[in-house]
Formats: sequence, structure tokens, C-alpha cells
Amino acid sequence: MTAPASAPKSPATSDSGPYLQVNDLRVQFPTEDGVVKAVDGVSFSVERGQTLGIVGESGSGKSVTSLTVMGLHNSKRARISGQILVGGRNVVGMSEEQTRRLRGRDMSMIFQDPLSALHPYFKVGAQIAEAYKVHHPNASKSEAKKRAVDMLGRVGIPQPARRADSYPHEFSGGMRQRAMIAMALVNDPDLLIADEPTTALDVTVQAQILDLLEDLQREFNSAIIMITHDLGVVAQVADDVLVMYGGRAVEFGSVEQVMRRPQHPYTWGLLASVPSLHGDADADLVPIKGNPPSLINLPSGCAFNPRCRYAGRNGDRSFTEVPELHQVLERGHLVACHLSEADSKKFYAEDIAPSAGVAQ
Amino acid sequence: MVRFLTRRVLVGVATIIAISIIVFGLFFAVPSSPAKVMCGKNCDPASIAAVETKLGLREPITTQYTEFMKGIFVGRTYSKGTPFEQHCEAPCFGFSFRNNESVSAIVARTLPVTMSIVVGAAVLWLLFGVSLGMISALRRGTVFDKLAIGVSLAGASMQVFFFGLILLFAFVYFTGWLPFPSYTPLTENPAKWASGLILPWVTLGFLNSAIYARLSRAQMLETLSEDYVRTARAKGLPLRRVYTKHALRAAITPIVTIAGLDIGASLGGTFITETIFGLRGLGKETVEAVQFLNLPIVVATVLLAAVFIVVANLIVDVLYAVIDPRVRLS
Repeated sequence: MTAPASAPKSPATSDSGPYLQVNDLRVQFPTEDGVVKAVDGVSFSVERGQTLGIVGESGSGKSVTSLTVMGLHNSKRARISGQILVGGRNVVGMSEEQTRRLRGRDMSMIFQDPLSALHPYFKVGAQIAEAYKVHHPNASKSEAKKRAVDMLGRVGIPQPARRADSYPHEFSGGMRQRAMIAMALVNDPDLLIADEPTTALDVTVQAQILDLLEDLQREFNSAIIMITHDLGVVAQVADDVLVMYGGRAVEFGSVEQVMRRPQHPYTWGLLASVPSLHGDADADLVPIKGNPPSLINLPSGCAFNPRCRYAGRNGDRSFTEVPELHQVLERGHLVACHLSEADSKKFYAEDIAPSAGVAQ
Repeated sequence: MVRFLTRRVLVGVATIIAISIIVFGLFFAVPSSPAKVMCGKNCDPASIAAVETKLGLREPITTQYTEFMKGIFVGRTYSKGTPFEQHCEAPCFGFSFRNNESVSAIVARTLPVTMSIVVGAAVLWLLFGVSLGMISALRRGTVFDKLAIGVSLAGASMQVFFFGLILLFAFVYFTGWLPFPSYTPLTENPAKWASGLILPWVTLGFLNSAIYARLSRAQMLETLSEDYVRTARAKGLPLRRVYTKHALRAAITPIVTIAGLDIGASLGGTFITETIFGLRGLGKETVEAVQFLNLPIVVATVLLAAVFIVVANLIVDVLYAVIDPRVRLS
């Protein structure tokens, strides 16, 4: 099928370079207990056709980051600073109406639980058609409906014309997520943010959904941000990986660099808590001890220090100085850790590599 | 949908039959004989026996019940074949013990009063209360919201008789802007009907508005935090559309239930409101009948109130199925 004439997108100021560029993003929520620093100076970029995986525990700031990119935070309740360039346009400080026009057309989002993310009272096809119609005000009702059915077919829903008249509760979990993807892609967005799109699904369905996203990315050449806490998902689909902890980026690099030669003890912890197909079947998984920190009152110095086995190996800098991202080993591999390169290489080889899960 | 409806109607009918049996039991549960009440003081045993025969109280209970039910649907004749023969047209609930007026006629006289009060007040509280709640949810934390919460808290903690008397004093006795409330049938003179009932409407409407405002505010806030509202925004829908189409429909569902039940229950009588404003409605009639052990009226009004509640339930169920597609399945 051919994509129907789409409403002219507002021209991006730059066609070259990454489609999404986030510079020194800070998101804070003032509450009665204090200021929640949900995102604290995060920078990253994604090009068209590329996938960035953002990894971290709950409360690491990964979802807040994505919602901020979409402009879905209430500007009255969130303090946002930094730059979010979507196709060259800075979303930070944009009016609600301006971001609304970008949402769903230039950038769209897939949510974790498709059952609660789809409206229970409206037919699936109607919900997709609505997403099309809002950005194509001149399209007729039947055109929008036809477009919705086309998209349902494209994401692999059998008998799309019939299923478009079903309600979300009549779909299976995997089908719902497919419908959600159809809705997100109905306007050919350049940027797709997938917030834990497979967490609520069966393992077998997970793989199908990830394959589907990869196929569609090839077709639409969109930039994808894949937010997840599942390193298996990251290893499968991401080109670059950003590891977040306590609202900050702690490690960034290509999937190869971060998965095979991780340098941050937190990344090691994540890897060690994933079972390996190739490792010793009897070996215990090593969870990261402790809990994610409170974003109101982060530990001083490196926010990970209370849970880190290696804190304090480099004087008391871990406890007093917030580590900045700096390049290690190779070009493009950034780590925010006070460990010296030699130490971290040694600890990784001795403690982590023999038992860690993914990509060994 | 047809199966759903049939099942609900059958359940409703069964409920009403069960209630009719219980209500009928009132004749036997009260600690005095109906015949004695009807006959009055200083009644000799012969007269009591005559009355008992007339009312059919000497028949077996099952026969009495079937006669009673038959009377409702086809009418019945008391004391057949005697000089005291008295025919009672369907729907027959018997005659008032006090003045021998037909109970159906009493209900036909008082029910429109209560209905007029309830319908007018319900329109007020649904329009005013629900929109107040919805708007304050959308403007959460603003001065408007805080004011609305304050007013509704005050309203919810006030009593009908207190608020009603204040209104009476302010608008009738003190300023004379309004006539003392009275009932004129709508068909006779709509303007007089409305002006005579405006105070009861405002009294009942305002107090219920308070409850509905709080309820709809809470519902709307809960809905606004739902994932599908976020999805609607992520699609790029204008906020107005997100609120009116996606959020409102979900938030209104539980309010439909409660409104249906409230209106159904109120139709059975709004005693306090009727008393303050001196309106002879179903509620006032029932309470007086209870005081005088005027059983035929009590039985009829209690049964009627039950029917209202069952029917309101049925309507709510159907509305629910129309609003929420998930209900149709089960």
C-alpha cells in the first residue's frame, strides 16, 4: 500500500545529524517533602533508523525522560531545563499547543500495559482512526477508518477489517500491543518511544513484538528509544545503550561496548542479575543489593555508592564527588565512575565476566 | 444485549415478588389486628368479626396473598354478595383505614408531588453538582477548586430541614420574593408548578449537588491519571477533546449508577423536604400512615418504593451496558 498524503510536517531546521538530541536535560518536581530530581543532567541523541536502549531500575528517571521528550509533563508541576531538539525544534519551553502538534505525528509513544493504555470504551479501529484524524483534519471519516485498518494489517493482526470493530478487551495481550503500535505509527512518526513495550507480555509474544518493531523501523526509518529494564531486550534491538541510575546517565556506548565491556559497577550488577544460557546452570544470580535511592535525597558523591562493592577504591571521591561521564577504553564509550580504568578492567575480568549473563 | 436485558428484567421481577411477600407479611407482623384499627375504639367483637370477614382476614394466608396480588392486577370486590359490597378497581391496594379512600387514589394524588420535587432537584444536582466536580478536578489546586471543595463540604454537612428553613425565611418570609411552596399540577399551569416548587428543588438539589460534586471530582481525578488518558494526549489530541471525550465518559459511569439509585430511592418519598415545605407527597403520606397503622397505605407505598428502586437498578444496568462495552459480555 502507499502512504496517503500526509499533512505537511513543519520543516525541520536541520536534516542532517541526529533526529532527537537531548542536552543536559533536568526535570524536577517540587513536592511537599522536597524537590524530586527525577532527571539530572542527561544528554543523548538518536538518529533516524537507530535504536537507543535506555536501561535502569524503576525510579532511575528513564520514563520521566521519555515523557518529557513527548511534552507530557504538566509544565506547572515540573521544572524542566536543558534542550530537547526534535528534528531541530526545541521542545523545552514550547507551548502545549505546539508540542501537541508534534505528538503523535513527529513523535509517538508505545506504553507498557496496552490494556490500560487503550481506552476500554472505544473500538480499537476508532482509536487508531482518531490518532490519524487529529493530524489529518481534512481526511474523511472513511479514509481515517481505512488507514486504521491498513495499519492493523501492517502490524500483523489477521482480518484487520473485522478486528477494527473489536474493543480492546476482546484482544489478546500481544494483539493489544500490536494495535498500540499501529496507533503510534499511523502518522509515520520520525521518533518512536517505546516504554517497556514487552514487560506486560508473555515471553513468546515479546519476541514477536520486538521483531515487529525492528521490521517497522526498517520500513519507516524512524528513530526508536527503547526503554526497558530487560537487558535481553536491549541486546536484541538496541544500537546504543544508555544506563541510568538515580536520574543520571552512568554509562553510555554502543550495545557491543556496554554489553561486552561494561565499565560501571551498576551495569555489572544489572548484567549479573540476568540468567545466562551459557553459564553454569547452578550458579546463583547475583542481585544488586539494596534499593534504588530516593530522588529527593540522593546519596552524596556517586549516587550508587551505598550499593557499590567497589565504592571507596579511589580515595573518598565516591562519597564526596559526583562522577562525570568521561570516555573510557574506546571512542563513544562513556562512564561516570571514579574507578580507574585499570581497576575496572581488573574487577570486571575477575568478578563479573565469569558469571554475567548477556552476550558472553 | 437481548439476553442481558431479559436476565436483568427477570431478576427484577423476582425481586419485586419477594418484596411483595415481605410487605404483605406486615399485615400479620404488626402487634395489632388490622380489623381493630379499622373498626376503631369501643368496637364489639361482632363488628371486628365482620371487618375481618370483609378484609378476608379469615382466609388462609396464601389465599389472602393471591387475592391481594390479584387485586393489584385485575381489581377485587370486598364483601361480595353482602350489602357492604365494595368494588376496588385495579390497581387495588385496598382502602384507607381512616376514611375509606381508595389507596390507589391517594397514591395517584401524592406521587406526582414527590415526582415533581425529585425530578426538578435531580436535574439541578446532576447539572450543577457534576459539572462543579468535573471542573474543579480539571482545575485541581486552583482557587476555583478550593472554593468548590469548601462549598461542597458545607453543603454535604448541612441538613435538609436546616437549609430548607433558611431558604424559606430568606425568600418567603423576609423578602417575599417567592410564594410559599405549593403544588400545582404541571399540566395545569407550568409556571405556577415551577415557582411553587423552586425552593424544594434548590434545597434538595443543592445538598445533593455537594455530594455529587465531591464524587465527580474524585472520579475525574482518578480517570485523569489513567493510562488511556495519557495515551490520548500522546496521540496529539487537544486537551479539550481528551477531557470531554476520553476522560468524561469514563468518569461519568459510576455517577450514573449512584444517580439512578438516588433518584429511584427518592421517588419513594422525600419526607423531610415535603414536611418543611408543607407539600403532601408520598413521603409525608407514608409516614402518617405508619403513625396511624394505616396498613393498606403503608403496604402500597413500600411496594411502590421497592418497584422504583428495582426499576432504577434496571435502567442503570442498561445504561451501564451502553456506556461500557465490557459489561455486555458478562
